Amino acid sequence: MIVAEWKPLPELLAGLKGYKNLLLVGCATCVAECAAGGEREVNTLAPTLHMALKNQGQDINIITRTLERACEPEFVEELAEIAPQVDAIMSLSCGIGMQLIAERFLDKPLLPGVNTTSLAIREAPGLWTARCRACGDCVLGETFGLCPVARCAKSLMNGPCGGTRKNGRCEVDENTDCIWYLIVERAKARGELESLNQVRQPKTWSNSAHGGPKRIVREDLRS
Amino acid sequence: MSSRVQTNLQKVLAAGHFAVTAEVGPPQGPNPEPVRAKAAILKGLADAYNVTDNQTAVVRMSSIAAAKILLDEGLEPVMQMTCRDRNRIAMQSDLLGASALGLKNVLALSGDHQKASGAGKLNGHPGAKNVYDVDSIQLLGIIKGLRDEARQQGGDAITEPAPFFIGAAWTPLGPPVEFRVPRLAKKIAAGADFVQTQAVFDLKAFAAQVKKAHEAGLTEKVAILAGIIVPRSAGMLTYMNKNVPGIEVPEALIARMKGAKDAKAEGMKVTVELIQAVRELPGVKGVHLQAIEAEELLAEVIPAAGLTPRPLV
Repeated sequence: MIVAEWKPLPELLAGLKGYKNLLLVGCATCVAECAAGGEREVNTLAPTLHMALKNQGQDINIITRTLERACEPEFVEELAEIAPQVDAIMSLSCGIGMQLIAERFLDKPLLPGVNTTSLAIREAPGLWTARCRACGDCVLGETFGLCPVARCAKSLMNGPCGGTRKNGRCEVDENTDCIWYLIVERAKARGELESLNQVRQPKTWSNSAHGGPKRIVREDLRS
Repeated sequence: MSSRVQTNLQKVLAAGHFAVTAEVGPPQGPNPEPVRAKAAILKGLADAYNVTDNQTAVVRMSSIAAAKILLDEGLEPVMQMTCRDRNRIAMQSDLLGASALGLKNVLALSGDHQKASGAGKLNGHPGAKNVYDVDSIQLLGIIKGLRDEARQQGGDAITEPAPFFIGAAWTPLGPPVEFRVPRLAKKIAAGADFVQTQAVFDLKAFAAQVKKAHEAGLTEKVAILAGIIVPRSAGMLTYMNKNVPGIEVPEALIARMKGAKDAKAEGMKVTVELIQAVRELPGVKGVHLQAIEAEELLAEVIPAAGLTPRPLV
């Protein structure tokens, strides 16, 4: 899922200065799954913002809505009726949803309520860990299903650097596995350690963010 | 190893001498004098001198500039280059520039992650964006391509070959230990002519890994220089054992340093013993010495180990 995280409250409050009517929008898809911007978070944040601003002498009216999917125009359209009543929109959806909302309501300032940070899984309750970086050149078939691009701090392609801790964790974070340590473990378990001996040449990064803004054209689907 | 390159370090190794390299960390400032001061201390003690590339991700004078200052002082540098801060375009451009300046030894590294830069007393730049367009093994291949094929990674020709003697780092005791010899083989296949190892304290474990490399025929293809850090106290050893990945310090050695009346003298003694011990290992062709901001210790310990005068080749 696309994972987002709350922005610090002081940053949210600073952004809301001067507004009287706010539409706070959540999304029931990824950001709900990662407990950052679903209906529950919208319903928690609205009174929090209201109280905090009130303490600062600012009275704000907050209307809340949670869209099924903020990244689909038909769902964003559900805000059309309510949008004229507010002077700003704060979204807890991912950056994709935020931009669709901003594009649909061009006369309303769009305030991000969360930071979109990663493509991750929920590894345990309250713990999400990155799994993919949408690099555009998938190597999972050669790395035993473990991604060195997203899960190695240096995106190394040819094995672990010298920074693997004694316990197999990464030097950058003692709670994060060295992914190459795990890749080697899986290769061993499969009896295929030698498959990692081949030198992997420099990657082509241009099928992703490094090729300029991504534009995917499927002629077969264009009418 | 390429015969086209003729650096002093390469010649010393080719002549069968036990090679000595030492490390010089560039200053956190624009003044060349600290580099020259270190050069004055270290001149004549080693065959070549590594110049670090923003080690621990802390901004310092560039390795290319500091290496050139050493060269002007009559010391042969080994310019370190990490994959953290430059993409393949900038790396190749800097390599051509380094070659033009007369810097012929280059050592490819992954580099310390920028998050490490805020770990000590300094702020560093933990919010920096890293690059890692290529990894250290891919960088070795790029340098080899510039040298052997006069070709850039993208395939375009350069005007003439860039004659580099190519170095890499090796962490023989880092987990997963069973992949460390294969990884050395990958570095050799990619282009490494010599490797400098992570600091050795656990001789037995180090010897076992070198033996594996030797038996795999790797020591014929690459010159292994054993990394030696001069220990200054038991606390320093305890810290490194706990916090520096790939460094294993036997408890007995820590106890020995703890029991020593004169820790500095004992550290020198330990260093000399380590040098003599690694020298006995088949496949070890030299030592890479570090005194980490205490270069004057090297001026004592290198002669004490019987490694001076350095051969003239």
